[in-house]
Amino acid sequence: MNVVVLAKYIPNPQGTPDLGDDNLVKREGVEGGLDPGDEFAVEAALQLAEQSGGEVTVVSMGPEVALQAVQKALSMNCSKGVLISDPALRGSDVWVTARVLAAAIKRAGFDVVVTGVESTDGSTGTLPMTLAELLEVPALSFARHVEAKDGNIRIERQTETGYDVVECAPPALVSVTAGANNPRYPTLKNIMQAKQKPVDRPSLADLGLSGDEVRPTQQVAEIRPAPERQGGEIVEDEGEGVQRIVEFLKEAKVL
Amino acid sequence: MGAVWVYGELFEGNVHPTTLELLTKARSLGDGTEAVLLGPGASEVAPTLGEYGAQRVFAADDAVYTDHLAQPAVHTLHRLVEEHRPGMILFAMTYVARDVAGRLQARTGSTLLSNATDILGPDRGQTQIFGGTQIVDVALEGPDPKLVVVRPKSFEPQPSGGTAEVVEVPVDVPEELKRPTVVERHEEAAAGPKLEEAPVVISGGRGLQDAGNFELLRELAESIGKAAVGATRAVVDSGWVPYAMQIGQTGTTVKPDVYIAVGISGATQHMVGMKESKRIIAINKDPDAPILKIADVGVVGDALKIVPRVTEAVKAQKGG
Repeated sequence: MNVVVLAKYIPNPQGTPDLGDDNLVKREGVEGGLDPGDEFAVEAALQLAEQSGGEVTVVSMGPEVALQAVQKALSMNCSKGVLISDPALRGSDVWVTARVLAAAIKRAGFDVVVTGVESTDGSTGTLPMTLAELLEVPALSFARHVEAKDGNIRIERQTETGYDVVECAPPALVSVTAGANNPRYPTLKNIMQAKQKPVDRPSLADLGLSGDEVRPTQQVAEIRPAPERQGGEIVEDEGEGVQRIVEFLKEAKVL
Repeated sequence: MGAVWVYGELFEGNVHPTTLELLTKARSLGDGTEAVLLGPGASEVAPTLGEYGAQRVFAADDAVYTDHLAQPAVHTLHRLVEEHRPGMILFAMTYVARDVAGRLQARTGSTLLSNATDILGPDRGQTQIFGGTQIVDVALEGPDPKLVVVRPKSFEPQPSGGTAEVVEVPVDVPEELKRPTVVERHEEAAAGPKLEEAPVVISGGRGLQDAGNFELLRELAESIGKAAVGATRAVVDSGWVPYAMQIGQTGTTVKPDVYIAVGISGATQHMVGMKESKRIIAINKDPDAPILKIADVGVVGDALKIVPRVTEAVKAQKGG
């Protein structure tokens, strides 16, 4: 199976991103990297390709610095990369992003597309399904385990009360939950080799899209700080803390 | 604008609680409230949707909607949308409805607002970003229906006392939309109440140091009684506990009477799922942990020592 995996470059994966004056997240000139959630997708993609024979192409859309996210995936052992970077895409919403990625993925060719469940910065969580519909394939979503079996894809799909086992023949899209596997660490050699791997840089025109078609359908009307929850008392002594917790549970009438 | 629709869900033979939350909001938006409910048992429970404000429910009872993931439901919903032209459709941020909403967007070309916490009007929704520290009003543009995926527990369900006309929907799902098949279903039901419903939620984070120490939280939950155990994304990612226990932006939103955060620093991704709790207790070694700044009672200290002592004290209380 030839696999396409999506990779997103996000600013400051461990902390809170900053907003610019235009109400867009600052993505350039700040520390950033591959979305940690996408590392599980990359690992799942590599395992599918290894189990079934095939190669993995990493696809990303973002500013120039997003090349770092592509390089990280290449260093984990993806074979080649695609990065769509165009100033017209700044501030894209999910609908625009899905159409750009769909065009790039069709151009690259695939048996399986693997994605994370949602980005760590945007957390919209609907892009994989919109993309699957555009690609006219099923979405095996919220997979906490993925394997290739007898030419099929078999996943454990998270549900509210447990999990379902779902099987499907390719072509299909799989969205992988964080924690689904143990993403591999690239060696220094892998990191050096990654820099030699081909990265295709298609323009919007190459993808058959015009500037008008990538106008976002959502605008931020207003941003304001949420009312802050006030802190209460702090107890620094453990024994006193135990007492205070029990009293508080009684006050709350849960004991 | 056209009617506001709610994409309803079935859960364990009944209406999913989020469906009633969404109907309560939908009927305040005017111009008619209607719902779609697909899956075995739909027409039987459809009248409940009427009691919460749906004037009309489009229902189909076929198992095709539960055995082949989202495509069959998207096919039927899209056909209903083309026929009846609603102005807006509300979905819950669940595993099932999120899939349907995302796919429908690709068919209608409508805008989709995810993680919504409120709907302000026919083309305006509200969401929160950065762990709920910022509130954002979003103008929704483009063709109807506007698609809004709402975080669970954003609205309190209130019955309207109405009744619904139940319309049987013909099932005509093409074979090619039935490719993925659910071949096994597994329950991993934890003992005790469900996370979303428990009046007390006890959650563990990295500060517990080891997966085995979750047992301390389970013992405390058992001593209190009506308590459920949750976890942060960090420990779920580490494989300590299943994803079903995750509280936060990804995972479950809880609003219990008392939330007890144990060894949790308070990453924004976690806070958004629990900061609406009525009361918060936090136990953390680090006096600068963000969670202590929003806790009603914050104890600075070693959770591994404190939790068992609380369990003992609670047992003593109950015994005495």
